[in-house]
Amino acid sequence: MAIVFQKPKSLTDVPYHYCPGCTHGIVHRLVAEAIDALGIEGKTIGIAPVGCSVMAYDYFKCDMIEASHGRAPAVATGVKRALPDHVVFTYQGDGDLASIGLCETVSTACRGENVTIIFINNAIYGMTGGQMAPTSLIGQVTQTSPYGRDPKTQGMPIRICELLATLDAPAYLERVAVNSVAHVRQAKKAIHKAFQNQVEGKGFSLVEVISTCPTNWGLTPEKACQFVEEKMIPFYPLGCFKDKENGK
Amino acid sequence: MAKLTFREDLCKGCGLCVTACPKKILALSKTKLNHKGHAPVECTDPAACVGCASCALMCPDCVITVER
Repeated sequence: MAIVFQKPKSLTDVPYHYCPGCTHGIVHRLVAEAIDALGIEGKTIGIAPVGCSVMAYDYFKCDMIEASHGRAPAVATGVKRALPDHVVFTYQGDGDLASIGLCETVSTACRGENVTIIFINNAIYGMTGGQMAPTSLIGQVTQTSPYGRDPKTQGMPIRICELLATLDAPAYLERVAVNSVAHVRQAKKAIHKAFQNQVEGKGFSLVEVISTCPTNWGLTPEKACQFVEEKMIPFYPLGCFKDKENGK
Repeated sequence: MAKLTFREDLCKGCGLCVTACPKKILALSKTKLNHKGHAPVECTDPAACVGCASCALMCPDCVITVER
């Protein structure tokens, strides 16, 4: 018998600190699988964010840098310009990328920096205990929107892929989910492409991954996956929003 | 013929693999806890496993190795 599935080589043996059923682990694995498949472990530099994945530097075997809150794309820009032959990726949540780091995200995309951004959208601030994020859904109950998010006072959720797709510079923008086997397979392809784009020098690539937060959503891991299917995906449609290579 | 190997101590008992299994042969243990205090996943009918690796794809903690 041959091994058909095992832990990717680019992940360390440190057990994840994530809550049971949190899909951060799946996305970490997909990133590591892309690094393995492209054979770039020795020349990859990851930028860890602030948020639940703040300790991502413990889990990837490549070199990692910890950025201050929201500034990962700016740090990635610096690293990529100093070491252009290296592969640089950031791994950020919605509180990091879409809120405090929105300026850095848009600016980096606008400059078309040749970096890869993995954006985890779980519609809530996970690490700090479940406060409303810019991506929280309308009517979503969080610690800071106990009566549900009201667009009149708290605004509408931000769709990052659509926002960045209005810019000319990004090479590749895609939104995927990891709530089912079929979606995980699609996500794997998208993340692989985002890394491959950078290796081929095509420019800014961002993959938004619709993720779950069972703990702060107050749902079981299984129900959280259903919530993604029934509530998140209708508001955040999956698909490719920009793919310059294929004229999209 | 397929074989599943579980790294039980990493399992957090989230059950995502149980939901993903098309053969419905995975279940959380009713008799033991791992050192984290979670009921780890078990295969209730190893002979029925087809080695599709759906469980391993959904596992956030890389608990499952699949051989086929």
